[in-house]
This record gives sequence, structure tokens and C-alpha cells, in this order.
Amino acid sequence: MAAIAAAVLALALFPLFGGKFGVDFVTKTMVLAILALSLELLVGQVGLVCFGQAAFFGIGAYAVVLLTPKTAAVSAAWLLPAAVGAAALYALVVGALSIRRRGVYFIMVTLAFSQMAYYVAHDTPLGGGTDGIYLDFAPSAGAIDLGRAIPIYYFTLAALAAVFAFLAVAMRSRFGRALAGIRVNEQRMRAAGFSTYPYKLAAFVLSGAIAGLAGSLFAVKDGFVNPELMGWHISGTVLMMVILGGIGELHGAVLGAFAFSLLQEFFKSHAIFGEFSKHWALGVGLAIILVVALLPRGLAGRRG
Amino acid sequence: MDLATFAVQCLNALQYGLLLFLIASGLTLIFGVMGVINLAHGSFYMIGAYMAYALAPALGGATGLGFIATMAVGVVLAVALGYALEWAFFSFLYEREHLQQVLMTYGLILVFEELRSLAFGNDVHGVAVPDAFAGSISLGGLMSYPVYRLFISGVCVALALGLYVVLSRTRLGMAIRAGSTNREMVASLGIDVKQLFRVMFAAGVALATLAGMLAAPVSSVYPGMGSQVLIICFVVVVIGGLGSVRGALAAALLVGAVDTFGKVFFPQAAGVLVYVLMAVVLLWRPEGLFKAT
Repeated sequence: MAAIAAAVLALALFPLFGGKFGVDFVTKTMVLAILALSLELLVGQVGLVCFGQAAFFGIGAYAVVLLTPKTAAVSAAWLLPAAVGAAALYALVVGALSIRRRGVYFIMVTLAFSQMAYYVAHDTPLGGGTDGIYLDFAPSAGAIDLGRAIPIYYFTLAALAAVFAFLAVAMRSRFGRALAGIRVNEQRMRAAGFSTYPYKLAAFVLSGAIAGLAGSLFAVKDGFVNPELMGWHISGTVLMMVILGGIGELHGAVLGAFAFSLLQEFFKSHAIFGEFSKHWALGVGLAIILVVALLPRGLAGRRG
Repeated sequence: MDLATFAVQCLNALQYGLLLFLIASGLTLIFGVMGVINLAHGSFYMIGAYMAYALAPALGGATGLGFIATMAVGVVLAVALGYALEWAFFSFLYEREHLQQVLMTYGLILVFEELRSLAFGNDVHGVAVPDAFAGSISLGGLMSYPVYRLFISGVCVALALGLYVVLSRTRLGMAIRAGSTNREMVASLGIDVKQLFRVMFAAGVALATLAGMLAAPVSSVYPGMGSQVLIICFVVVVIGGLGSVRGALAAALLVGAVDTFGKVFFPQAAGVLVYVLMAVVLLWRPEGLFKAT
């Protein structure tokens, strides 16, 4: 608890000395941390390995851009909930179709459905095709324009803290206990009289909604969306964050997001790798293989 | 649509479906027998295509004989690659959770893609159709069909038949089928499961690589081609039923037909149609068309 409070305090003070690049980097990482939390809910708490989280992220982002009128800024008070709702709706459809399957089937089906969303954005004129579209007006929260760096930094920090607190409370509730029961032994839960399907579906939709929130924040921060936001590299990256941080602990997901972003930034660093830095994905790929081989429990994972 | 156009599209659908089957059969076998989900399988297709591009000038791939030589050398290299990868990476994954298999093979994809970028850059390259298959067959009127595409279909059919014979008529096939049902029992009967897995994996890599080499002259060679084909193969495997080779064949032909005719009739929605097909199959038969044998 003290560590979490210290982390929030550190993040709150960071813009005072972080500089322009630092603030942008930490904002992006906090958005990814929210996305990682949404996946941790599925992978760590329910035991469902979803490889299609990028679809919900991308839908949240696209919804923000597509719902903003061409003429004026709108209030975040309805824009963000609408984006979250759109992502949750897609999660409901995908979840209803895939949640009965476990293991590899679930991995493949969620990946395929996220690629379906990717191709809709990629091939149809709806979302500007491969070029993507710009957000004409960032939404406003009261009198504050969220398009600027400092307001969106604090807005994202607040969202991250709220999602974290919400999930921490939810996992201690009857709902969270039931999810843990499903993770450990779904047969036994059924035998104990729980209909497990609605619980799993609810968790899946909740996860999609949180991923949609992350996506909508990302669109506001960048002011631009393109189909790559739904690409499976995002799904792979966020899964990596969750594993690197350690499965089974909420703070592991946040830790993983920061650790992985720093790792990526390290391999992208022109100062260290020179011209080779444009092949940063090679270093990241090797790091992923090493983490799986040497750190199967991640940095802060559940024991046993 | 007149009859000749329809015939051309049917042949295209068949050729695409058969090519998908070559890749998906390895994917489904590696999962069915070894219990490993291999995201890097699409990379082998990509590696095959780049092999065809890189080896063709050296071996005279533009002539018919040179092309056969290119494929032979490519298959030998692919088998060696498969053995090495199984030994270095995949043999550690059998006892691990699916989650870790997904991640490690995802890491391998990144490594393969960057090595590809280092070796060949990020441009799109063309590979010449070997001149022995360069002609086309008249289908009456103005329509004609390239011989090379028929050649692809022919090779794929031959390989599919070979795969069927090996799986259903040989001791190796018996061990593979038994291994997919009960690994421990096969091991206790004195069959070297480690060796079996290594052979299986190398064969899967070789099939995907061969598919890439065959496809290179028609599809050209470009970055990201492996990921694209991997996801379609996932759809094939999910529709066919995980671990079932027969299901993979049926599903691959189905996906080939839906994709090809989708591009003709609904060009706007072509990319999405195969996923709609998958959703329908999942609703109708959650286990896929064929249960694993």
C-alpha cells in the first residue's frame, strides 16, 4: 500500500522535472498500463489468455475520433463513456462467441476476431483506411482542453489510479472471488452451483471496456488513429507487459508496462545502438525469449 | 459472370486453399501432437519466400530445372532450421503453459522479421516464374489460365496425398496419431517421443517453407507476409478443428473459396468475410468441422 502511494506521488510530481519528451513517454506508458490492467483481469484473475486486446483498444480510439464532430470540441463526459461502450459492445460479441472455449482455441479465436476489426479499419473507408484519421478537436473536461500535454497527463494518471482501485476492490468482492474460483478449478465452481459462463463473459466485457478506455485516452493524447492500433503487435506487446510484470498481481501489470516501455526505449536509443537502433525489434524479441526462459513468473508474479 | 471466368476463379480458390492447407497442416499437427501453439509458423512461410528470392539467381531458378533445385535446397535448409529451432527453443516449451508458448514464439517472430529486414531490407521483391511453367492454358474465348498456378495446385495435391499416406499407412504416422491421443502411453511403449517431435516439427517447418517458395512467384516477396498468412491459418485451424489434418484440408479449401469469391462479389468486405465464416462455424460447431483424430 505504501509502495503504491509512493508510486502515485512520484507520477504526480514527475511533470515538474520530466520535460516534454518525458511527460509524453510517461503518458503513453500509463495508457499502456491501463491496457495491461485490462488484460491482467483476464489472464491473471480468470485464467483466460486473450490475444486480441488490441481490437478493444483500437475501437476505443477510433470511436473517439469518429464521434467527434468536424466543427467543435465535445465534452469528455460523454465522449469517453461512448468510446468505452463501443469497445464493451464488441467485447460482448467476441466474448459470447469465444468464451466457452479454453486454452489455445481461445487464444486463436480472440486473435482472429481482433484481426477482423483490424481489417475493417484497414480495408474500408469508414476509418480512413491505412492512412488513419486525425482527431480535429480534443475533448474538453469542463474548461480544460485535454489535447494539451499536462492536462492529459493528469487525466490519464487519474484514470489509471481509478481503474487500479476499481479492480482491486472488484477482485475482493464476491465477483472477484468467483473469478478466482473459475481460474483455479472451473469444474468445481460449476459443481458448487455457479453458472460460470456469465461470470467469465462479464469479466471479458469489463476487460474490453477498460481496454477501450485506454484506447480512447491514447487517441486524445496522440490526436491521430490508424489501423496499427488494432494490430496484433499491440496485443503481443501488452501480453508481454503482463507476463514481464508477473501474472496474478494487479501492480505487476503496471510494473510490466513501465519495465517493457523502458526496455523498448532502450533498444530504440540512437545514443546506445547508433544506426542499429532502427532494428530495435530484434532486441525486444530476444528479450522476450529470455524473459520466458529465465523469468516465467515475471517481476512480481503470484507464487505457486 | 460467364462460365470461363467462373472456372478461373474456381481454380484460383483451389490453388489458394491448397496452399493454405500446406501451412495449416503443419500448424495443426504441431499443436495436435506436441501441444505447442506456434505463432512463428507464419515466419517459415516468409522464410521460404525469401529463400526462393535469394536462391533463385544462384541456382538458375528461372529455368524449370533450376526451380526444382531451388526447392530441393530450400527444403533441406528448412529441415535443418526446424531441427535447430526445435532443439534450441521448442523442446523447452512442451511442459510450459500456452501463455509462455505464445510469448516465446511471438518473440521469435520479431527476431525473424528483423533478421529479414537486416538481410533483405524492407522492399517488395518479385520472383520470376520459372520459364518451364511460364505459359498459360486457353480456356476458350479470351480467358486463359497460367500454368504455374496449376503447377502449384499439383504440387500441393501431391504433398497432401503424401501426407495422407504417411499418416495413415506408415509406422511413423501411427506413432504420430498415437502421440496426439496419448503422449505418455506412446513413450511407455518404447517410442522415442523426443525424436518423434523433432521429426514432426521439422516436417511442419518444411511444409510451410515449401508453401512460401511455391507462392513467391505469384504473390511476390514482402515484409509482413508471414503474419498475414499465420492469422488466416489460425482461422483455418479453428474452422477445421484443432489437431485434425482432414479438418485443415476441408477448412483451407472453404477459406480459399470464401476469400477468392468474396473478392469478386464483395470487394469492399473481402478482408472480413473469412472471419465471418469463422464466427458462423463457431456458433454452429464450437469444436470445428472435424474433431481431432
